[in-house]
Amino acid sequence: MSAGLSREQAIAIAAAAVPAEAVVVAANGHVSRALHAVADRPANFYMIGSMGLAPSIALGIALARPERLVVVFDGDGNVLMGAGSLATVAAKRPRRFVHLCFDNERHASTGGQRTSSAVVPLERLAEAAGYAFAARATDEGGFRAALARAFATDGPAFVLVKVKPGGLPPGTARVEITPEEMTDRLRRVLAGGAT
Amino acid sequence: MTPGEDFVARLEARGFDFFTGVPCSLIAQVLSALERGVRGVYVEAVREDEAVAQAAGAYMAGRKPVVLMQNSGLGNSLNAIVSLNQIYRQPFLLVVTWRGFEGKDAPEHLVMGEAMPAILDAIRLPWEVYAHDRIDAALDRVEARFTERRPSALVIPPGVFEGHA
Repeated sequence: MSAGLSREQAIAIAAAAVPAEAVVVAANGHVSRALHAVADRPANFYMIGSMGLAPSIALGIALARPERLVVVFDGDGNVLMGAGSLATVAAKRPRRFVHLCFDNERHASTGGQRTSSAVVPLERLAEAAGYAFAARATDEGGFRAALARAFATDGPAFVLVKVKPGGLPPGTARVEITPEEMTDRLRRVLAGGAT
Repeated sequence: MTPGEDFVARLEARGFDFFTGVPCSLIAQVLSALERGVRGVYVEAVREDEAVAQAAGAYMAGRKPVVLMQNSGLGNSLNAIVSLNQIYRQPFLLVVTWRGFEGKDAPEHLVMGEAMPAILDAIRLPWEVYAHDRIDAALDRVEARFTERRPSALVIPPGVFEGHA
């Protein structure tokens, strides 16, 4: 399998497409570290554990604050682990909810072990569950087009983008913000209405 | 008013406004009250760890969450509790039932029925056994933990939410 984009390229494209008013919940592992390295902001929440649960955290925010746009930066291993949550998101049908899956078909942060997303089409799981929009992108043009449609969707949207396997670029820092600081800064954003 | 309805009413009076969980027959009265309608949010979760993570998000969004589950789901939710809510300081009230109480239940409940107190102690989640005549004192303690930004649990043995008050 070959894909046009690296994970870092895809995350940078997605981060630039996220509106300033959105809350972002990023999955544990390299997805969080890559997002933090390119576009940290107080409205980004980085999971360091609780694998599989990024869309659930995001859904909690979305149900508590339905007017907010909530975006999930997820990975294939995470989506597989929390696949049941695709049903919950679809059933509760948050109107402003964009669920991105950066699919390298690997558990990158534990040494690159394979996941089944090479043969299991995760965007089809989301579509079957009832997401309002679901798409797979394999190159930059397709990813940008899918992102635009996802952010314009009334209802939960899922975009899977295939990315090349590989580790983080040398020098990518760990997320140094403490868990408590991450909670507090997001609480301030959500309480104050600003980012 | 049933004990379950009273319990929900008292939670709502104290500002709890986000309810999520997976059912247990021991709290059917509570779940019926939630299904009939609460001022806040009620979500039927597919798995107990999903409910705990939803509570984390809801807390950050300004809500005061309650997670409800049978103790068979406590194992499912441990990673979320210890690697999300506890370390990120996202408090919630855990309402967890005691299947396997006093060793009297179907086989699938007996190990957890015996182990639950030790499991809750091991992850340092404060808990107490709930009785309806002690509700206000119990909820005072839950709220004190909330102020400390810690989850805490009310453990529901059989019979508490049955019949009418």
